[in-house]
Amino acid sequence: MTLRLQARKLACERDDRWLFEDLDLDIRAGEIVRVEGPNGSGKTTLLKILSGQLADYQGELFWNDRPMRQARQAFLSSLLYLGHAPGVKGALTPLENLAWYQALAGGAGHEAARLAALESVGLAGFEDVPAAQLSAGQQRRVALARLELTPRPLWVLDEPFTAIDRDGVAALEERLIVHARSGGCVLVTTHHELKASGELRRIRLGRGGQDAER
Amino acid sequence: MPSGETPMIDTDDRPVADGEPRGGLTVAVWATLKRDLTLLLRRRSEVLNPLVFFALVITLFPIGISPDPQLLATIAPGLLWVAALLAALLSLDSLFRGDYDDGSLEQLLLTPQPLAMLGLAKVAVHWLLTGLPLAMMAPVLGIMLSLPAGSYPTLAFSLALGTASLSLIGAIGAALTVGLSRGGVLLSLLVLPLYIPVLIFGAGAVQAAILGDGAAAHLAILGALLALALMLAPWAIAASLRISING
Amino acid sequence: MWAFINKLRSPKWFYAIGARLQPFFWVAAAALILVGTVWGLAFAPADYQQGNSFRIIYVHVPSAFLAQSIFVSMAVCGLVYMVWKIKVADMAAAMMAPLGAAMTFVSLFSGAVWGVPTWGTWWMWDARLTSMLILLFLYLGVIALRGAFASRDSASRAASVLAMVGVINIPIIKYSVDWWYTLHQPATFTITGRVGMPMEMWAPLLIMVLGFYSFFIALTLMRTRSEILRRESNKRWVRDLAGGER
Repeated sequence: MTLRLQARKLACERDDRWLFEDLDLDIRAGEIVRVEGPNGSGKTTLLKILSGQLADYQGELFWNDRPMRQARQAFLSSLLYLGHAPGVKGALTPLENLAWYQALAGGAGHEAARLAALESVGLAGFEDVPAAQLSAGQQRRVALARLELTPRPLWVLDEPFTAIDRDGVAALEERLIVHARSGGCVLVTTHHELKASGELRRIRLGRGGQDAER
Repeated sequence: MPSGETPMIDTDDRPVADGEPRGGLTVAVWATLKRDLTLLLRRRSEVLNPLVFFALVITLFPIGISPDPQLLATIAPGLLWVAALLAALLSLDSLFRGDYDDGSLEQLLLTPQPLAMLGLAKVAVHWLLTGLPLAMMAPVLGIMLSLPAGSYPTLAFSLALGTASLSLIGAIGAALTVGLSRGGVLLSLLVLPLYIPVLIFGAGAVQAAILGDGAAAHLAILGALLALALMLAPWAIAASLRISING
Repeated sequence: MWAFINKLRSPKWFYAIGARLQPFFWVAAAALILVGTVWGLAFAPADYQQGNSFRIIYVHVPSAFLAQSIFVSMAVCGLVYMVWKIKVADMAAAMMAPLGAAMTFVSLFSGAVWGVPTWGTWWMWDARLTSMLILLFLYLGVIALRGAFASRDSASRAASVLAMVGVINIPIIKYSVDWWYTLHQPATFTITGRVGMPMEMWAPLLIMVLGFYSFFIALTLMRTRSEILRRESNKRWVRDLAGGER
């Protein structure tokens, strides 16, 4: 599986404030890239740009050596993004939530796959409970079940460890490494300190929150 | 990875090219329709509230103006249309808000499917559970306002046709204001002026049916407005959602 | 064409070119409005039906023209901003909105004043007045939406989209209101819809219209330039400018 996400001279200005400038990135298969920086340094914004949600940037993005504008469809078909909010509907059961995501990803899928995914995140037995009755950590786990359910090479995870207990954190960390080793790629922001491993790389966004002057 | 190999898309055996297979869109739109219908049917009060509101507003007019059947009959077409329009507006604010709050909207934006079509699916659900019930309920309220006989089918039909346009136009406003914590009043300010053509031809159709002019011309124009809204509104909704998600 | 669009990207360039154009439009506006006013009020013949009260046309019609044109220019600016990401276009659109709303109000108010001698009442649901009233609401919506966002970039985009949606709807609203009006009040005397106005009457009107447009351009240039300074206040060229003038 080849995979390459590049950014050249990436800069983002929001309301006349430069979050970052001249950022060059080259992210390849087999890497876990942790985006670091103080609050307000633009970590979430960078992740949103790199996941194709924000078109409001300067510089160029390339997906597998093709400009992002042309490769957008292919890019979105290889991307799994989990944001701050888990994206889980309280009135629906975990199974129903996953069914919708599976359909959005391109196919109706099978119930067995959904059950297996829920089991892998430790939610066996909660399949038919409305998600509103689950704890915040369990809801986050429903979202994380999508990592198993829709295999995508590129994961972009914004604070995925939020609200998850210690066992869950260890399991997820392990999961990220396995994903990278099997040829995937993870882009992650987190306050949780990741175990050092051969796959881990850090990107630091500086000058948190200060007005960049020109 | 449980199985060791990582297909890019789990169910489709075709390789992923630039274009997503067509079946993917149908599946996604269908799943979105089903999901939103399920969601709303689990919170029935949200579906019933606009209907109760409609009945309540209609009750206010005879009390506020006069119970004289003749007077009521002359203003009934307009009253029914205005009240239905306001009732349809009432539930618009929640169209995208739930998805915005829990993060599903971000996910909707990141599917390889065109956002305009998925947005259209959500609007369709809004119309099915707001506009259509309002249209079916209107004749009952028409009886209470002594609406002249013969205009009832036109009333229901014009409302069914018109509220579809209202849902589409209103969804643009809902998408623009979903990122604002108090978007409700602003939403009506943005959307109501745009509703005026639909109101004119909708109420006009009922009026024409009463006068025996033949409401066909009005209904045709309502249909044309709907066609125009169907063509343009989904793109405006998609663009507005993209703006709101980054607000 | 491309070169021009690329130049427009630079607020600095717009600031400089605006400074050169601005005096010309101010002078034109002052001269045209002065000539138009004097000619219209003092020398144009009185209307055979309405007498002197028709002279309010010299305010009513130009302001109504301008109110509609400003909305269209606002939407065009919004389109330019969304497609080419030219910030000056958005600044101009932001500055136009209150002026457009003011013009709509002036035209409504002058219409109401005119209504007193012609209809004997301040307000009639006349097709034109009703359309203008709806236009005023559209303006207020755009202004309110722009003000509601915390992030200015989002506010600009949202206002641009709404202006474009509005401009598509304006003709539809106008035709539907006309249809509605003829349906409900056939054959009422409309205040401006007359043909065969003699030259002595419409020449000053034309001058007034041109004067109002010049005024609009001059004012928009001026306000956009000061908005450029405000928004770019941390850029070096603005600092140099401020330092040089001190």
